[in-house]
Amino acid sequence: MDRSEIITDKFKDLFRDSSQRLEKNSSELINSFRKEAMEQFLALGVPGRENESYKYANLEPWFAADYKSYFIPEQADFKIAEDFKCEVDDLDAYSLVLLNGFFPTLNGTLMELPNGIWVGSLAYASVRFRDIVEKHYSKYALNGKDGLVPLNTALASDGLFVYAPAGVKLDKPIQIVNLVESKEDMLVQHRNLVVVEENTDVELIVCDHAISPQKFLTNAVTEVFVGQNASFDILRVQNELNNAAKITHTFIHQERDSRAVTNNITLHGGMVRNSTYHWLNGTGAESNALGLYLTDKWQHVDNFVNIDHAMPDCTSKQLFKGVMDDFSTASFNGRIRVARDAQGTRAYQNNNNILLTDDARVYTKPQLEIYADDVKCSHGATVGQLDEEALFYLRSRGIHKDEARLMLMFGFAHEVIENIKSEAMRDRMDGLLLQRLRGELSRCTTCVINCEKDLPHC
Amino acid sequence: MENDQDKIISDATSGEYKYGFYTDIEIETIPKGLSEDVVRLISSKKNEPEWMLEYRLKAFRKWQKMKMPEWAHLKIPEINYQDIIFYAAPKQKPHLESLDEVDPELIETFNKLGIPLNEQKIFTGVAVDAVMDSVSVKTTFKETLADRGIIFCSFSEAVQEHPDLIKKYMGKVVPSTDNYFAALNSAVFSDGSFCYIPKGVRCPMELSTYFRINAANTGQFERTLIIADEESYVSYLEGCTAPQRDENQLHAAIVEIIAEKRAEVKYSTVQNWYPGDKNGVGGIYNFVTKRGICKGEYSKISWTQVETGSAITWKYPSCILKGDNSVGEFYSVAVTNNYQQADTGSKMIHIGKNTKSTIISKGISAGKSQNSYRGLVKVHKNASHARNFSQCDSLLLGDRCGAHTFPYIEVNNQTGIVEHEATTSKIGEDQIFYCNQRGISTENAIGLIVNGYAKEVFNKLPMEFAVEAQKLLEISLEGSVG
Repeated sequence: MDRSEIITDKFKDLFRDSSQRLEKNSSELINSFRKEAMEQFLALGVPGRENESYKYANLEPWFAADYKSYFIPEQADFKIAEDFKCEVDDLDAYSLVLLNGFFPTLNGTLMELPNGIWVGSLAYASVRFRDIVEKHYSKYALNGKDGLVPLNTALASDGLFVYAPAGVKLDKPIQIVNLVESKEDMLVQHRNLVVVEENTDVELIVCDHAISPQKFLTNAVTEVFVGQNASFDILRVQNELNNAAKITHTFIHQERDSRAVTNNITLHGGMVRNSTYHWLNGTGAESNALGLYLTDKWQHVDNFVNIDHAMPDCTSKQLFKGVMDDFSTASFNGRIRVARDAQGTRAYQNNNNILLTDDARVYTKPQLEIYADDVKCSHGATVGQLDEEALFYLRSRGIHKDEARLMLMFGFAHEVIENIKSEAMRDRMDGLLLQRLRGELSRCTTCVINCEKDLPHC
Repeated sequence: MENDQDKIISDATSGEYKYGFYTDIEIETIPKGLSEDVVRLISSKKNEPEWMLEYRLKAFRKWQKMKMPEWAHLKIPEINYQDIIFYAAPKQKPHLESLDEVDPELIETFNKLGIPLNEQKIFTGVAVDAVMDSVSVKTTFKETLADRGIIFCSFSEAVQEHPDLIKKYMGKVVPSTDNYFAALNSAVFSDGSFCYIPKGVRCPMELSTYFRINAANTGQFERTLIIADEESYVSYLEGCTAPQRDENQLHAAIVEIIAEKRAEVKYSTVQNWYPGDKNGVGGIYNFVTKRGICKGEYSKISWTQVETGSAITWKYPSCILKGDNSVGEFYSVAVTNNYQQADTGSKMIHIGKNTKSTIISKGISAGKSQNSYRGLVKVHKNASHARNFSQCDSLLLGDRCGAHTFPYIEVNNQTGIVEHEATTSKIGEDQIFYCNQRGISTENAIGLIVNGYAKEVFNKLPMEFAVEAQKLLEISLEGSVG
């Protein structure tokens, strides 16, 4: 038996042993998808390097390790979540704290924000808003290609639910602080659903933090429905420990004239894999996928983007930038697919990378797959260093070499940050970016929990 | 206007394949099928030494364990290897002393193709090695070249007469077990061209190989080996055609190039195998492994290809840039029409310091064809100051075709600079309008625009080839606008 079969078998056993407990803590609707999804996972397995879209990510060691599987939050956990507050200066937002991807259920399972937007636990919502969940749950996530998606469908019991009914306007963003915390090594699988109905406007800011040094493996699936003429914006700031592996799959389904923006900013994390799928299902839809990754030590950051132009006259843009230091590796895999008859498509894609050492590596694979002729598509990818002439320009004006390098790198990365919608968040990210580039950003600077400061990898 | 355009498209796409004739000559074939015995039979027919047979058998045994690659963006029908004749040769006397002894039908065939084998009548000054089905028919200007120490002959002849060189270089760039089709070729290759340019010699004329598939039910498996010794230069041309048939024929070739210190090799191809008819029936399956190594410092290998033929093309001319300061280039125009499929591109492997590579790829798709660029640029850890620039543009003519780009970039050195850019678009209506109002018909305007689009690559071709390539492009695409 080879290693991948051992891993598959492990999950088979886990599913068999825990399905009862899972089902008890979830809803009938969500449970009804489990069995079929597990079979799909068993057929596909954990993607290995032979899988074209995981060619550069080595998931095996992360999945082969032993974890305590985390399905249901326990009472004691909630206290930590209550204690935690993310310090974001001047950010006026509705703040929520999630623990290991779950909505802490101490103060109610679902809450209504002032303008009629509902946020809360998905398991609970699938009872309270059954029609809505039934209409969207597991409809956009592609189970058939990537084994990790059905694995999540089979094993996730709960997650975040956001529902914006038609016509409401969110006056300020929703900030979600997602904590990963445990005394033991842990496998977390949560499932999120965001439904943004016609003519609404929702902005989410997700901050990921790991606050204990244990080994974590997160495999999260987020499904987003963006209705006609609606707008959806998600910013993810990933700042976890180097001991944590984070795998996110985001599926965004866009209707006519809708707009969606995804922005993944990866500052820290041992192994990060973000798969983002935009499905442009109506004419005039617009999508924007952005990413910034700064890696050092042995980190690996893997960004996979798939933009599907299924209908005519849609526009998409991708901009991914990265700076790699030490022994770190990064990979970018972006794909634009223009379906037959999706005329009038405009699609652009850009990936730029800077390598700082000879041991750092970057793999980039921008792809175009085009089946319509009245299109304007382009992509570009570069790997290089800081511009010597720009460096000379700054130095000739009396700026120290190190400072000049820093300025150039900051300018390079700022291009992604300037796309952030909220000004407070933009300033905050610029600050974090500067700290990160100076090597001063230890994870603890943003954390208010009084844990032991001398944590390894911290 | 719409109807006019449709008419122009159909005119252009129904243009007859000019080289689709068949020459009725006596040929010698072996029974259909592939087995170890067939490999032995081919080897014995060629009167090969024991080591050559060993080489073939090793490759064959490996091939049996390999699987057909599926990663390409192609729909390849299953190939029945037991239904192919692996060796077919025009019947001829064992040793040809002069042109008079060559079958006049054969000479006529090559004249029809525009490849004169008669040296007295040649004005172009190109030495040709003509390969019909499995064997080399005639190599011209052999003596003139021999005066300068250049060896230019068929591969089988080289095996007999220059076994040291063959042993030293064959399979060093494309190992016999490199990939599925390379292994198949290494097991059953029938003939091909061999070329050796000695130290310090600049080859006085263009060398050329002309491949012709003639016999039915056969596969063609030839291999070319070019060795450019220190400080030498050679420009090499390759052309190919096949008769028009309803069945598909397999062509799996290998080209190996070795460039030593400060040597330069320029390899140009105009690939015009029969592409199948407008309903996608027939045509050649073209699965080719082409690879060159810039072994010494300051060496240079340049690939230029114009791909207009074949039902399916699977071809990635590559450069291994091993010597410091070596240069690799790849210029390509790939045209697909009707139901043709092409998955082509280049690999640039940077190993030496200060190595440079350029990839310019222009894809043109029309009809219901699929045209993909697939390429790899890899900078190894020690390849400091490596530089690559890639540009892959696709032009779509018609709304039922596809154009795809799959570039891979892997950089392991911080001083490497790699740039890749690609665009996909159709011919702008404003461009056509501009030409129209200056009295240029739509048909001519498209010819003009497409030629301008491909010019960057045509400029790299030797003159005679550039003219041929330009004509080919006009024939296959004139007027196709969607």
